Parts: sequence; C-alpha cells; structure tokens
Amino acid sequence: MRYMLLIYGDATYQPSEAEMGATMGEYMAFTQGIVDSGEMVAGDPLHPVSTATTVRVREGVRAITDGPFAETTEVLGGYYIVDVADLDRALAVAALIPGARSGSVEVRAIVDYSAA
Amino acid sequence: MEEIERSALAKILRESVGPALGTLTRVLRDFDLAEESLQEAAVLAMQRWPTDGNPDQPVAWLVTAARRRALDRLRREGKRRLKQQSAWRRDTALDASVDPAEIYDDSLDVVVDDDQLTLLLMCCHPALNTEAQIALTLRSVAGLSTGEIARAFLVDDPAMGQRLVRAKRKIRVAGIPFTRPSAADLGDRLDIVCSVIYLVFNEGYSSSGRSLMRVDLCAEAIRLGGVLHRLVPDDPEVAGLLALMLLHDARRLARLSTDGELVLMDDQDRSLWDRDRIAQGERILHEAMSQRAPGPYQIQAAIAALHSTAASADDTDWSQIASLYGVLRQVVASPVVELNRAVAVAMADGAGAGLTLIEGLIERGQLLDSHLLHSAHADLLRRMGHWAAAHDAYERALELVRTEPERRFLRARLQAMPT
Repeated sequence: MRYMLLIYGDATYQPSEAEMGATMGEYMAFTQGIVDSGEMVAGDPLHPVSTATTVRVREGVRAITDGPFAETTEVLGGYYIVDVADLDRALAVAALIPGARSGSVEVRAIVDYSAA
Repeated sequence: MEEIERSALAKILRESVGPALGTLTRVLRDFDLAEESLQEAAVLAMQRWPTDGNPDQPVAWLVTAARRRALDRLRREGKRRLKQQSAWRRDTALDASVDPAEIYDDSLDVVVDDDQLTLLLMCCHPALNTEAQIALTLRSVAGLSTGEIARAFLVDDPAMGQRLVRAKRKIRVAGIPFTRPSAADLGDRLDIVCSVIYLVFNEGYSSSGRSLMRVDLCAEAIRLGGVLHRLVPDDPEVAGLLALMLLHDARRLARLSTDGELVLMDDQDRSLWDRDRIAQGERILHEAMSQRAPGPYQIQAAIAALHSTAASADDTDWSQIASLYGVLRQVVASPVVELNRAVAVAMADGAGAGLTLIEGLIERGQLLDSHLLHSAHADLLRRMGHWAAAHDAYERALELVRTEPERRFLRARLQAMPT
C-alpha cells in the first residue's frame, strides 16, 4: 500500500547551521534506508511556509493570497511517499523520520485507483 | 423450555462468533467480508441448530458456512468486489479470473486461538481511538450486537452503528493489518488490549445497578480477560488484569444496598462476597506473581486480594496495602494512586498521617476537581474532629459528585456531623 508521510514542524524554529547540517545528514541516511528497502516512492522538503501562496476560486473568480490559510504553529515542511506492506510498517517508517522527534508525522493512505 | 434452549443457543453462538471471525478474517484476508458472511452464517445457525441439534464444533461450523457464503459472493461479485477491497487483500489474493476457492482452500486449517488473538490486537490497534477500540472489541470479539453496545454506553443505536462503521472503514482504508505485531511491539500492544478490557469492566462496575436492561459489561470484560489470559498465559500483567477484575467483581453484590444505596467497603456485608470468585482471582494472581515481573494490574490485584481476604475493615492489613500503593506509585505516577495511598496510610498510621498526604495533593493542585479527593479529605478531617473544615470539604465534594448514590451518601455523612 502507498502512504504519504506528511512532516509537520514548528515554523518559528530557527536551527543553527550545525543543527541544520546534522539534520540533513539524518534525512539522507533515512532516505537511503527506504531506497535500499525498495519502499521509497518520492520525497521532498518544502520551502518555508512564509514563501507559500494560497489560491482559491470562488464563483469563477481566482483569489490569490500570500501565505497559508490559517495561522498554526505546526506547518507542513516536507513529505515522503512510501510503498509498504501495511499501516504497521508505514508507522514504523514514519517513526524513523528525523522530523518525528521534534514535530509530528501524519500518515495517510493514498487512494488506489489502479486496482480496478 | 423453548426459551431456555433459545438462550443457550444464543450463548453458544455469541461465544463462537469471536473465534470464528478471527479465523475467517485470516482466511479471507478481508475483515468486512468476514463479518458480513459470518452474520449470514449466524442467521443460518439460528434456523438450523434448533432442528438439527447444536454442532459439536460450533466455531468450525460457522467458519465453514461463512466461508462458503463468502466464496459465493466473491464469485458473484468478482472484480467489482475486489475493487473495493484493501490493497492488503488484493496483494495477497488478487485475480478475479481464478476461482476464489482455489486461493483459500489450503489455508483453512483452523488455528482459532491464534486468529482470535490477532483479531483482538487488530480491534485494539493504536491507530484507532479508544472508543472505537472498545466498540470493535465488544462487537467483533465478544460478539455483542450494536444495540447492546449502544445501550451499555448510553449512546443511541445509530450513533454506535456509525462509530463501528467509521472504525471498520479506518481498518480497511488505512491498511491496519490482520497480522501479529513484531515480538518487540507485542508488549505495548497487549497493554492496549488490557486497558480496553479494563475500561469495559470499569464502565460496567460504575454503572452496576443502574439498569437491568443493560448488558453486563463486567461479565463481558471478565470473559474477554479470560480469553486473553488463555491466549497469552505467560503474560503476568494479563493474568493480573483478570485477577483484578475477578476480585472486584466478587464484591459487587455487597456494593449496593437493597434500596440502591452505595455501601462503602468498610460497611459491606462480607458474607455477600463471592468466595469462589475471590479464590479464583487469588489463584490466578499467585501464579502471575510467581514470575516476579510486577506491573500495575498485579499490584492492584494484590491490593484487592488483601481487602477480599480480610474478615473486617479493622482486620485489613492496611500497612501492607499502603506500601503496595507506594510500589504502584513508582510504576504509575498518578494522583489517584496517591489519594488511595493516603486513605490506606490513614488507616494504618492514623488520620493525621493520611491528612498530610492529601494536603500535599491539594498544595500541588492535583485532583481538585475530583469529588473523591474532597470526600476523602472531609472524612479524615471528620475523624480528627475538625468539624468546620470537614463541613467545607463535604460541601466541595457535593458540588463535584456526579452519581446519585454517592451524592446521597455524602449528604448523609454531612448531616450526621455535629455542627
């Protein structure tokens, strides 16, 4: 089954350069791990939420606003898509994501249309 | 006579449905399909068994009948059905051109016990919320109807039905597997199963006597605890939980007076205690403790056992109980445990010693919104003759108490005090 692992973290936190380097190393090791196990489908970090733009279309009119819809402290910072046996494995993989230790990882099963 | 036979049949059916569902879920690799076809098989059993006689192996009968129905359905619905199934099932069993019977035949060696444990662990999966865990466990493992569960938790039928539908949908859509957790995870997963069973028991215990129409949740929890203990006989905490429930349940008759008033343990008629249950609980606890791996359920059961074997409140080994609460506090840091310890210390070493502990809780701002803290506080103040302070504490407890028998009890205590 495919799952999306959404990594949420504190947007206001400013890591030091050393911390940033250490975290990068951890992410590279984690990514290599799921590549080696054949479970990696995709995964990317996102630019800060302060650079986000939100689009809404209402009655045919497009409205563009700066930033995210709501003010929350925990924001989406990146994601992985993995193909694993079941939820137990997805949860085990999610727990290995470095961001799970400081923020949280939401695990969502991806709807599978291909099985028709 | 017919009524007796009918209820005997219902009992056999209920006790067979849980084990059958576990095996069917494994064999069909599909919880929904297993449940639907088992329901059909149960209806068939209700028609057939009274005329054909009860089968020697009701679980195997149900599994066979349900499996036949499931296979018919898969043949009939073919790909359409498979489309709706979880990837977990498709991965292992997909190809609608193949007769489903061929896929499943070789896996039908019934390993009922294993399957039932897997089912219980799935129903109590940590990805489900507690309410869903409880509802699913009672429905799928204990075999209660949706209506019975709804009435037991004072929820209306459609709401409970919705809760079950949502839980089953999550199992299917999120991919909660019907597999044994790894050995490393099994302990944590069993903890959840124990807590679900104990929550069911406590719901039954706190509401006992409220309505005879409600299914006996204490009995169901004890039955589930017994099943779990049989499935994992080596786990001392599972045994501890069963012992704890038996020991509490043994005192149930004495807890309410004939006119529905709550009777504190000190004032209970101990001849009403069920001695067989107490002996059974003690035996199970003794075996568990011989493993020398104490945990919260075993410690609480040991405390309950000390109460159960004392001839009267005065004869109770309060200092031993107080020290067990001290041990329990090391394992579960909960203010409720500290409150219980305070009560036991007051009995062992005098009201003043207990009062000091309760004042500690109050200073730390713990349990201030619980009537139990204030009623225990009031009781100790009363015993020390601090009438005015006791009066205030009873008033505070009365503001917070929620059940009627407890309210009447507190009011009676308050009125009996000198002013």
